[in-house]
Amino acid sequence: MSEFFQMGGYAMYVWPAYLVTAAALVVTLVGPLRRRTRMIRELSAVTAQRNTQRPK
Amino acid sequence: MSNNPDTWLTRFHRLGSPPRLYRLAGTLLPYALTICGMLFAAGLYWGLVLAPTDYQQGESYRIIYIHVPSAWMSMFAYSVLAGASAVSLIWRMKLAEAVARASAPVGAAYTFLALVTGSLWGKPMWGAWWVWDARLTSELILLFLYLGYMALVAAIDDRRTASRAGAVLAIVGVVNLPIIHFSVEWWNTLHQGPTVTKFDQPSIALSMLIPLLLMAGAFMFHYLCVVLTRVRVEILESERRTAWVNALVTQRSS
Repeated sequence: MSEFFQMGGYAMYVWPAYLVTAAALVVTLVGPLRRRTRMIRELSAVTAQRNTQRPK
Repeated sequence: MSNNPDTWLTRFHRLGSPPRLYRLAGTLLPYALTICGMLFAAGLYWGLVLAPTDYQQGESYRIIYIHVPSAWMSMFAYSVLAGASAVSLIWRMKLAEAVARASAPVGAAYTFLALVTGSLWGKPMWGAWWVWDARLTSELILLFLYLGYMALVAAIDDRRTASRAGAVLAIVGVVNLPIIHFSVEWWNTLHQGPTVTKFDQPSIALSMLIPLLLMAGAFMFHYLCVVLTRVRVEILESERRTAWVNALVTQRSS
């Protein structure tokens, strides 16, 4: 197992490459996913406010 | 001419209606996410554990499983950006504008990854983090094209004007794509020539090619997931005052 993590002496190149990739792929996907949830929340607050302001 | 309104053209137009697209993207997303996760699991296990050690480069070659898919996707996302930009200029299609805007940040991320992983691979193999080689330089220009597109679109307040200005930039930048692809043939570069996309026979062992293709598929589905999500955000943004969005958010909150 430790042999696997040593990557034949190239651990200091292979693992940072994989870590940067994982971070970038997660950020680019999670960012828009969270933005959509946040937007739904904001829009529903705006709509609720507008509906209460409207005279019955 | 037939009077039947349900021709392929009307069906295509209805597909372009924002609420339908929003729902369609939402339905497809979970499947795309699942396939993406499975491809990553298979590709990573095969590439890092099962695939044999390279007889010349040792274990350092394993960077190929993220470097090559990133580089491919950096060019693929740019082709989509430019293609969608052309469609948006010619037919004024809002969906095309949304796809173009959605492709830019993730495409820039792939380009960045291709450069960084290439640098981490180049140091042990070439002895340098960076060289002003034709392949590396043209890929760096691709990153600047993405960043330029994003800066330009963000700088203009009016959404449609912004999209149109960005579209022109994106289309002009297409000349860079063949330069990146053929750079290793046109110039005497330090970067190695193509191993997979050669027409005769790929010069890579099958046990290394399969995980590479699995990872390329995983990156492709990652791109699809990002575009689906960002298109949904774009639709919500531009349709925020419409009745259907109103109904959608009140139904959510109640």
